[in-house]
Amino acid sequence: MAVERVVVADRTAFLRRPDHRVVRALALLGLVLLWELVTRTGWVSPLFLPSPSGVLAEGLDMARSGQLLVHLLKSLQRLAWGFGVGALAGVGVGVAVGFFAMAEAVVQPIIAATFPIPKIALLPLLILWLGIGEASKVAVVALGVFFPMAINTYAGVRQADPLLIRAAVSFGAGRWSVIRKVVVPSALPMVFAGLKLGAGTALLLLVAAEQIAADAGIGFLILQSGNLMETTQLMVGIVVLSLLGVASYWALGALERVVIRWRHT
Amino acid sequence: MRIIVERVTKTFHDRGGRDVVALGQVDFAVQPQEFVALLGPSGCGKSTLLNIIAGLLPASAGRVYFEGEPRPGRAPVTATVFQEFALFPWRTVRANVELGLEELGLPSPERSERTRRYLDMTGLAGFESRYPHQLSGGMRQRVGIARALAVEPAVLLLDEPFSALDAQTRTLMMDELLGIWERTRQTILYVTHNIQEAVFMADRVIVLSRRPGEVLDVVPIKLSRPRREGQQGDPVFVQTADRIWGLIKSQAQAALLDHDGGREGEG
Repeated sequence: MAVERVVVADRTAFLRRPDHRVVRALALLGLVLLWELVTRTGWVSPLFLPSPSGVLAEGLDMARSGQLLVHLLKSLQRLAWGFGVGALAGVGVGVAVGFFAMAEAVVQPIIAATFPIPKIALLPLLILWLGIGEASKVAVVALGVFFPMAINTYAGVRQADPLLIRAAVSFGAGRWSVIRKVVVPSALPMVFAGLKLGAGTALLLLVAAEQIAADAGIGFLILQSGNLMETTQLMVGIVVLSLLGVASYWALGALERVVIRWRHT
Repeated sequence: MRIIVERVTKTFHDRGGRDVVALGQVDFAVQPQEFVALLGPSGCGKSTLLNIIAGLLPASAGRVYFEGEPRPGRAPVTATVFQEFALFPWRTVRANVELGLEELGLPSPERSERTRRYLDMTGLAGFESRYPHQLSGGMRQRVGIARALAVEPAVLLLDEPFSALDAQTRTLMMDELLGIWERTRQTILYVTHNIQEAVFMADRVIVLSRRPGEVLDVVPIKLSRPRREGQQGDPVFVQTADRIWGLIKSQAQAALLDHDGGREGEG
C-alpha cells in the first residue's frame, strides 16, 4: 500500500515582517543622493532646488555668523512658552473634566464648539487683544496645544480602571488621593500621546504665526528668504524645522520612558 | 470585630431599565476571630454582598455594621483582597503595600517598618522593587494580601482571592493564608464558589442561593485546627462537602441555564 507523508511547513511565513534595517538606512540616504544628482547635472536650476551639499554649506555659514541662532532661539522661546502653557492648562482641564461630572457638563460643550476652529484664524484677534509682540504668537501656539492635550487627558482619565479606583477607596483614599494616585498615573500614556500630537501642532502654528507677523524666527527666515529668492537659505530653514520636529518627538519619547517607568522595565 | 448583616437587599437596574434583584434578603453575623466562607453559584450576588460590606456599593435596603471593643489608633475596620488583584501597575510591590498606610497618615518610618514586616510574612522579601507585571499571579495576590494585612484591619474581606490562579498555586496560597490567619486571628469573610476551598478553610460556610441571593443554609465545619492538606480525605470533610454540593447543585444547574448565569451579578 502506498504511504502518503505530509511534511508540516510553516504556513504563516508570508505574515512575517522583518526589520529590513539596511533598507531603512538606505532609503533616506538614497533620497539625498538622488537630490544631489539631480541638482549637480543641472537638470533642475539651483534657484528652484539647491543641492543638499549647498544647503549644508549655507547652514554652516549661517550658524557661524550667528544669524541662524538668532532665529532659532526666538522660535524655541515661543515654542517653549506656548507648549508649556498649553500643555499644563490642557492637562489640568482634562483631569477636571474627566473626573468631576459638573466640570464635564460645563466644559465639554464649550470644547466641542471651539475645538474645530483652525487656531491660526484666531491670530488676528489675538494680535488685536495682546498686541503684535510675543504674547499673541505664544497664545496661538498655546491654544493649538491646549485642545489635543485636554481631549487626550480627558480620554485617559475616563479610561482609568474602575477596579483600581475602588481598590484605592477601599484603602481609605479620598477624592484628591484618587486623582493623584490612580487617575493621573492611569492617564499618563494618553497624556504623552497628546504631547506628541501637540508638538506637531505647535510647530505648525509657530511657523504660520511667524510668517504672518514677526521680524525674527525660523518661519520669518523662510518667508523672507523666499521673497528674496534666496532658495538655499529657505531650504536651511525647512531642514531646521524638520530637525526640530524629529528632536521634539525623540525628547518626548525619552521623557515618556522615564516617567512611565513601570511600562518599560 | 463582629460583622452584622441585617436584612440587606440589592436591586440593580439593567440596560432596559428593568429591576434585577441581585440579593433577596440577607441576614447573618460573623463572630470575632471567626473564618467564614460565603459560598454560592455564579451570579448569586456574593461579590455584590462583599462590596456592600466593604462600603464600596450601596445596599438598596437593610444595613451592615461592625461591633466590638473600641480600637486604638487609626486602624480601619475592613480591608479587601480582590479577585483580580487590583494592584497599582505604576507602584512597586513595596509602594503597593504602603498605599493603605499612606492613607492612614502613618509617618514614613512606621510605614516602612510595617511594610517590611508584612512583606516578610507573605514571602515577598526580595521582591520589593518589582512592578506587578513582573510577578506571577500567585506573587501578585501575595501583594494583595500583604497590602490588606498591613493596614491591620479588624475584618479581612477576600473576594474569590485565588480563583484567578492555577490549581497548584491556589492550594499553596490557601495553606499560606491559613498559616497567616492562625497567627493574626483576624475576622475573615471569604467569598468563593469553590466548595473544597470553603470547607478546607472556614469555621462556617454560609451557602447562598442563586439570584436573587438568599441564605440557603449555614454549615458548621467540624474539622480540627490547624488545618492540614491531609484532612481533605477526612470523612467529615467529604461528608460536609457532599452536603453543601447537595444544597447547591440544583441552584448551579439553574444558574447554568440562565442566559447571564455564568457571570457574577455586579451590574
